[in-house]
Amino acid sequence: MAPALALYRTSVGKKVVMALTGLILVGFVVAHMLGNLKVFTGGEHLNEYAEFLRTVGAPALPYGMALWIARIVLLVSVVLHIVAATQLTLQDRAGRPQRYAYHKKQAATYASLTMRWGGVIILLFVIYHILHFTTGTAHQNYIHGDVYHNVVSGFQVWYVSVIYIIAMVALGAHLYHGVWSMFQTLGLNNQTWNGVLRGIAVLTALAVVIGNIALPVAVLAGFLT
Amino acid sequence: MNVTLHVWRQKNATSPGKMVKYEAKNISPDTSFLEMLDSVNQELIARDEDPIAFDHDCREGICGTCSLMINGLAHGPERATTTCQLHMRSFKDGDTIYIEPWRASAFPVLKDLVVDRGAFDRIIASGGYISVSTGSAPEANSVPVPKDASDLAMDAAACIACGACVAACPNASAMLFTAAKVSQLALLPQGQPERQRRVLDMVRQMDSEGFGHCTNIGECSTACPKEISMDFIAMLNREHLKATLSKK
Amino acid sequence: MASDTQTRPTSTDVGTRRSLDLQRTLDAKIPAGPLQDKWDTHRFKMKLVNPANKRKYTVLVVGSGLGGAAAAATMAELGYRVKCFCYQDSPRRAHSIAAQGGINAAKNYRNDGDSIFRLFYDTVKGGDFRAREANVYRLAQVSVNIIDQCVAQGVPFAREYGGLLDNRSFGGAQVSRTFYARGQTGQQLLLGAYQALQRQIGLGNVEMDTRTEMLDLVLVDGKAKGIITRDMVTGKIEAHAGDAVVLATGGYGNVFYLSTNAKGSNTTAIWRAHRKGAFFGNPCYTQIHPTCIPVSGEHQSKLTLMSESLRNDGRVWVPKRQGDTRPPHEIPESERDYYLERKYPSFGNLAPRDISSRSAKEVCDAGRGVGPGGLGVYLDFADAIKRLGVEKIRERYGNLFDMYQRITAENPYEVPMRIYPAVHYTMGGLWVDYNLMSTIPGLFVIGEANFSDHGANRLGASALMQGLADGYFILPLTIGDYLAQVKAGDFNLEGGEFRQTQAEVNQRTERLLGIKGKRSVDSFHRELGRVMWDECGMARNDQGLRRALARIPELRAEFWENVRVTGESNNINGELEKAGRVADFLELGELMCLDALHRVESCGGHFREESQTEEGEALRDDDRFAYVAAWEFKGLGEKPVLHREPLSFENVQLAQRSYK
Repeated sequence: MAPALALYRTSVGKKVVMALTGLILVGFVVAHMLGNLKVFTGGEHLNEYAEFLRTVGAPALPYGMALWIARIVLLVSVVLHIVAATQLTLQDRAGRPQRYAYHKKQAATYASLTMRWGGVIILLFVIYHILHFTTGTAHQNYIHGDVYHNVVSGFQVWYVSVIYIIAMVALGAHLYHGVWSMFQTLGLNNQTWNGVLRGIAVLTALAVVIGNIALPVAVLAGFLT
Repeated sequence: MNVTLHVWRQKNATSPGKMVKYEAKNISPDTSFLEMLDSVNQELIARDEDPIAFDHDCREGICGTCSLMINGLAHGPERATTTCQLHMRSFKDGDTIYIEPWRASAFPVLKDLVVDRGAFDRIIASGGYISVSTGSAPEANSVPVPKDASDLAMDAAACIACGACVAACPNASAMLFTAAKVSQLALLPQGQPERQRRVLDMVRQMDSEGFGHCTNIGECSTACPKEISMDFIAMLNREHLKATLSKK
Repeated sequence: MASDTQTRPTSTDVGTRRSLDLQRTLDAKIPAGPLQDKWDTHRFKMKLVNPANKRKYTVLVVGSGLGGAAAAATMAELGYRVKCFCYQDSPRRAHSIAAQGGINAAKNYRNDGDSIFRLFYDTVKGGDFRAREANVYRLAQVSVNIIDQCVAQGVPFAREYGGLLDNRSFGGAQVSRTFYARGQTGQQLLLGAYQALQRQIGLGNVEMDTRTEMLDLVLVDGKAKGIITRDMVTGKIEAHAGDAVVLATGGYGNVFYLSTNAKGSNTTAIWRAHRKGAFFGNPCYTQIHPTCIPVSGEHQSKLTLMSESLRNDGRVWVPKRQGDTRPPHEIPESERDYYLERKYPSFGNLAPRDISSRSAKEVCDAGRGVGPGGLGVYLDFADAIKRLGVEKIRERYGNLFDMYQRITAENPYEVPMRIYPAVHYTMGGLWVDYNLMSTIPGLFVIGEANFSDHGANRLGASALMQGLADGYFILPLTIGDYLAQVKAGDFNLEGGEFRQTQAEVNQRTERLLGIKGKRSVDSFHRELGRVMWDECGMARNDQGLRRALARIPELRAEFWENVRVTGESNNINGELEKAGRVADFLELGELMCLDALHRVESCGGHFREESQTEEGEALRDDDRFAYVAAWEFKGLGEKPVLHREPLSFENVQLAQRSYK
């Protein structure tokens, strides 16, 4: 515990916390995206998969336990990620109290400059997403347990689909810089590997965006009913 | 050529400052940027006004004294060029040029365009050295250093501590500066005994000076007149992680 | 002609001078015994300060370049209390940082016949036999320790694939003894010393005052006991006391206004010490470096040097015909004059700095110069590119070519470079004895600020060697011998001497601000520089020097009546800083001309047109001038008094240098 606390005390260490929690969240997002793709193999498959997530680990684990463990890990990761990001952002703001009258960027990408607001958008989206598909609170036609129905009927509302697509683009941008930044923070970057690591970041971001956007697009296009 | 300048004027560390407009007239394109400011200053002196204070010394791109945000870019528009080696031929007749000091709470403005970069010295004092008192060194060739390690160390050691990395960073982070010294010494066999202590102490000092953190955006490397690579920041991160985890 | 001037005293000296001067010889305190043993013997004979007592001694070090930073760090390691001062915003910015080429050391790693004696011999010969043998030999001896020390500090010297240190031949040396770190050797060596200094600052052993300029020296009972400084941010004039004072403030090349020195480099510290009684040694010895980028116009604020390693592959030429303004590629081979190759067939383009510089001036004076104002010669890489390929040239000189292109907007891969000599280094400086102590007890002077090791001309890659030798290995020991003989802490900041000197400095500052004249400081500096360059530059003659000696006092008088210094004393004020420095340059310039006038011989960087061979080469006069000229200040407007330190050469044969 002592090294972890020592690490967290420095800006470099906080960044490591963001990288490691980011890694967990990226893993989740990718897995989630792969799970989503089951929608294209038919409603029964998707519902079975949803049920599997609750029964995984049985009989050693009681019903839904694995899912809750995963949710707790994710929740802790999200909280740490956000707390560290907030602390670091405040440090940065204090680092330059007086702004430039005129400031140009040369190397920064759109993605790298929008990590903070992108993060906020993703957080708001996640809350909406849970209310929409997990609790059904924000869903007009929610049937508990029928994931396929909820997905298709949810996305049939066009502006809901638009919200999801926008959120996925924001997530993609966040991943594009975040994954590469994670490698840099963990000290993996060097001249030999930079190309490969950049490639992994791009592929991850593209896969998540395309994989996830495929759902609302397919629903709106009438492929899924 | 003629250019219009908007220059940050601030009487001293405690006074508020503002942008003031000046005209620089009949400037030869072969004039360096600082010589252009010299000529503006000569006119100010002729009018009995206080000339613009700016830091400069060697005027050949190596001492790291000169600074200036020029049209929003640290050391101006040319890559791998310090302000003192920037020439007016990089601008067009009639251009408007904004000149501001480095902005960071760790680099307080002392007057006009002059800032205090003492934070960098304190970072080095916290561990950016190899402890070898004069006279105690072994014969120079007794420790071979692989050429690639030595060349890479030299890449890092090229830093001139001008502060452009901090100035260009949206977070005012000093990671590139700190990383360059940590990396140089970590790459050499001579630097091994103090390797872990050095990175921990230097990062702690860097944080305590009030710099921002690194969001891996890369403005620092692009602005760096010596083109120090961001890979050294990855190296610092690695060194720091290893040192923290293995610390007793 | 030479005999004429011998009997005719100069206008600035009285007729009885020669007979008086003969008694005014200086004791350099050179240890007895064979050359090889002098330093060893001396180290044994010097008194030591008890380790427990070292904490009680305070040493003030002014300047933080190679010499100052190395000395401050080393003395702190030894246990002394050290206060270090620099005018820059960080000790890492001293102008040592700009040295490109390398550092010599007699390691003989190449097995090419190098030795301590050979480095010693080359340095004495290169200095045209006007340096002190014992100092130079010691310098060559400790050169090997410098490399060990710097490598241990993490200086990333160039290496071979086997991991061992690389060497190159530099500045026409016949052996490869130069260690280098790309084109940034000075930077890397300075950062090594700087880091050692920062370590001691971090440990609390050195108190560092940056942006602080020394404005005067304080003497108590004839001994150096303190300095007066100005805080360049708040303007506060402060007194600092110590048991000894070390000046490591670099050279005074900026007396010429245009030089390769940093803009802030100045003479104030050593000049103020000179006024307080420290003799000034060989002030006229100036090195003019042949490979600098020519002046581009009136706006020029400083000159940029390019490493003379360029002369390894570049060929120097000018058109044969006067006023030939054709672009270089239109001038056929038969109409080009490769004058260095023609005049010095065996050394060719690698002839020593003073010879190359003077030859460039000669051809330009003859109206064959190229570029704006005809003040330039070509340095052409076309043949080298043909022979080695553009890639090889890029590999060797890419950085320098880029820099040249940045400054001139010309591409040296396609168009020959234009170069012209520029003031680069001053071999003269405060006179010091073998212990590096000036004629003021307790005032030590190291590095370029002293006169000691380079004679009348410095060889390439020797400045870094001297700065570090003085700073790491010599001064920290010799100062102990002095300190062991004085009582620690024997000074009183509230004493009359401190108060009085502080008041004088304050008055001078207020006086400068109060003149409120019409001409800017820079305009005076430019004019002084012009006079110095024309009359006391690459070639000097009796008439010209007399003209300068008439003009400089006039200019100085005008300065004190008509200079305009804007701003206030209690704030950052660049004009005030410059004004103080230019005021001192206006006094120093006169002494330089006086020294140049009195030395009616040519040696190294000092070329008297009256003293040359039939072929136009420098002609020494060893019978009359084999001595160090050390000048004593007698008051402004008064004639300074010349003291001589005779130079005896027991280990080298005096010979006319020949690079044919």
